[in-house]
Amino acid sequence: MSSTEAGATAEARERHWTKTSRLNTIVMILWVLFAIVIPFFAAPLNSFTFLGFPFGYYMCVQGSLIAFVALIWIQNWRQDQIDDEYGLGD
Amino acid sequence: MAIQTTGARFVDNLGKVYALYTLGFLAFFAFMAVLEQMGLGAQAIGIGFLLFTIAIYAIIGYLSRTAEVDAYYVAGREVPALYNGMATAADWMSGASFVALAGGVYFGGYPYLGFIVGWTGGYVLVNSLLAPYLRKFGCYTVPDFIGTRYGGNTARLCAVVVLVVASFTYVTAQINATGTIAAQTLGVPFSVGVWLGLLGIFICSMLGGMRGVTWTQVAQYIVLIIAYLIPIIWMSNVQDFGIIPHFSYGSAVQRIAELEAEYGLQPAAEAIAGVSVLTTPQNAPAGRGWEMISLAICMMAGTASLPHILMRYFTTPSVRSARRSVGWSLTFIFLLYFSAPALATLTKLQLLDPNLATSIIGRSFEEVANLEWIQHWSSVGMLAVADQNGDGILQLNEFFMRPDIVVLATPEIAGLPYVISGLVAAGGLAAAMSTADGLLLAIANALSHDLYYKIIDPKADTSRRLIVARIILVFIGAAAAIIASLQLTGILGAVAWAFDFACSGLFFPLVLGVWWKRANAAGAIAGMVGGFVVGSWYLYMVYNGLMDPWFGIDHIRFGIIGMPVSLVCMVVVSLLTPEPSKEIQDMVDEVRIPSGGTILASGH
Repeated sequence: MSSTEAGATAEARERHWTKTSRLNTIVMILWVLFAIVIPFFAAPLNSFTFLGFPFGYYMCVQGSLIAFVALIWIQNWRQDQIDDEYGLGD
Repeated sequence: MAIQTTGARFVDNLGKVYALYTLGFLAFFAFMAVLEQMGLGAQAIGIGFLLFTIAIYAIIGYLSRTAEVDAYYVAGREVPALYNGMATAADWMSGASFVALAGGVYFGGYPYLGFIVGWTGGYVLVNSLLAPYLRKFGCYTVPDFIGTRYGGNTARLCAVVVLVVASFTYVTAQINATGTIAAQTLGVPFSVGVWLGLLGIFICSMLGGMRGVTWTQVAQYIVLIIAYLIPIIWMSNVQDFGIIPHFSYGSAVQRIAELEAEYGLQPAAEAIAGVSVLTTPQNAPAGRGWEMISLAICMMAGTASLPHILMRYFTTPSVRSARRSVGWSLTFIFLLYFSAPALATLTKLQLLDPNLATSIIGRSFEEVANLEWIQHWSSVGMLAVADQNGDGILQLNEFFMRPDIVVLATPEIAGLPYVISGLVAAGGLAAAMSTADGLLLAIANALSHDLYYKIIDPKADTSRRLIVARIILVFIGAAAAIIASLQLTGILGAVAWAFDFACSGLFFPLVLGVWWKRANAAGAIAGMVGGFVVGSWYLYMVYNGLMDPWFGIDHIRFGIIGMPVSLVCMVVVSLLTPEPSKEIQDMVDEVRIPSGGTILASGH
């Protein structure tokens, strides 16, 4: 690897990590929402009905779980894009 | 050496192999159903299911035997994402998930849902904070990462200690579950069942290490998910809850709330040891939010720190496939976790709702006591009915049950044929065995690779390392079986503790190892020791009643105490000591990008 290439890579790496961290922050915020905030407020949410379920209950047994699965797949899809953008995929 | 010499060909044909296997298992199920119609007895069906499945696991275990370090520790890093997802799901879903989860939802109500949310939400942490980076690192075990990232044998040793305590707590519960199922199905004493179960576990893991465990876990996932879903779907159709009940049991939840109000949730007039009556409402979250999320937080952080899960992501061919396999893992786990509450709700409704033929509450005591399934489960002490107020009617607080049997007894409650019960037993065994395999291997690998090879005898050659690994495996398995046969704790208590130990000691040292370059060895050691010691102290004090719980944090949530201590110790000590060397900081930079070779060389 020539030195110019290595230099470009260093900068690309930095931007790659900035984008990766930003994506991660978003995922963590959504994770807190679905894993902690919504389950915590199940009682007030139960006053809504969703698919015939009390909504708070629904989120704890199904809704948040679906959100977790979606969150992982979407994050990975986006992370693959970021990796490819900087040529750092494996 | 079938799989070894033709390794590439086996991995190329996975789809075909496992499709055939699934069809074979379904054909076996149909065959047993026919035999039952022709008059084959319940016990023979149960034995048939157990022997058939164990024989298959044994064949896979034998074909996967290996003499290579990479194959033994990380399955040669050639497990495709989809199959690693299935293997992780089996590794993850223990006897507790399979047997006890639905029962927990049945009896525990809203706070218990912390397990459901926690044991799925943890994978978001695994995926974004750890799995891809640990895969890039190229380690064989979790302490391997700690030891290399922070440098020095002390950090490595601390990680080994936390790993062994957490995993050993967990594995005794799994061997206990294996023994229970083997004993009940085969009709042998529990202590014999435990050793038979252990034998099955060794067959899967001894010869092939991680490779053997991987391919048997894929097979075990297929059995356990079929065994979990068929009874629910069958029951739902028999009882007119719809073809798939998962999206339509909302009205059942509301109906249960009405019935619970009508019957009243009183404690039993006279308690009966080992079984309990329903006292917690299905859905009453008011004022219990903290109880629920504190449990969920411990389980989520524990998921992201349990070595037997993390090490599964070391087996994929690339960083990208490690991430993808986390996606598959949670997808496969989700299938069971969103079914468990449906199962619990429908079972409860069947017992409570007087409009359904299967109901027992409010019926005449004599009629209920003569039901076949009541008699069957009463005779083994898992269930009891007692007309304590003497009115000749079975009240809600006169029906006692062990939470663990909800899944196992449901087919009988719904009046399904015995072949379903045999299937469920095989599924429970697969769940317990696959988790026990993963845990035993995590412990034995940490002791053989990190303690023996890295610390005690770095000059040991390959064959010696693999012999030591197997000897340690046998000893750990035997020790776990001895403790399991003492039956010290219930299945679920021990499982929750494992998560708390893991998150107290390992969560922050692992996560900050990737995400905070400034973290150094002294900080990591302080974090592991501080979190683990304070968490364990809190467990000891609260569990033995020597101290009142703080903020309602009871013994199954002690990670809530351990984790912040770990974080504070780690950050403060890291900042008070010199920053890590340039070499280590460059290594962290290298870990953060997927491209390029692993940090640790193969066979290290």
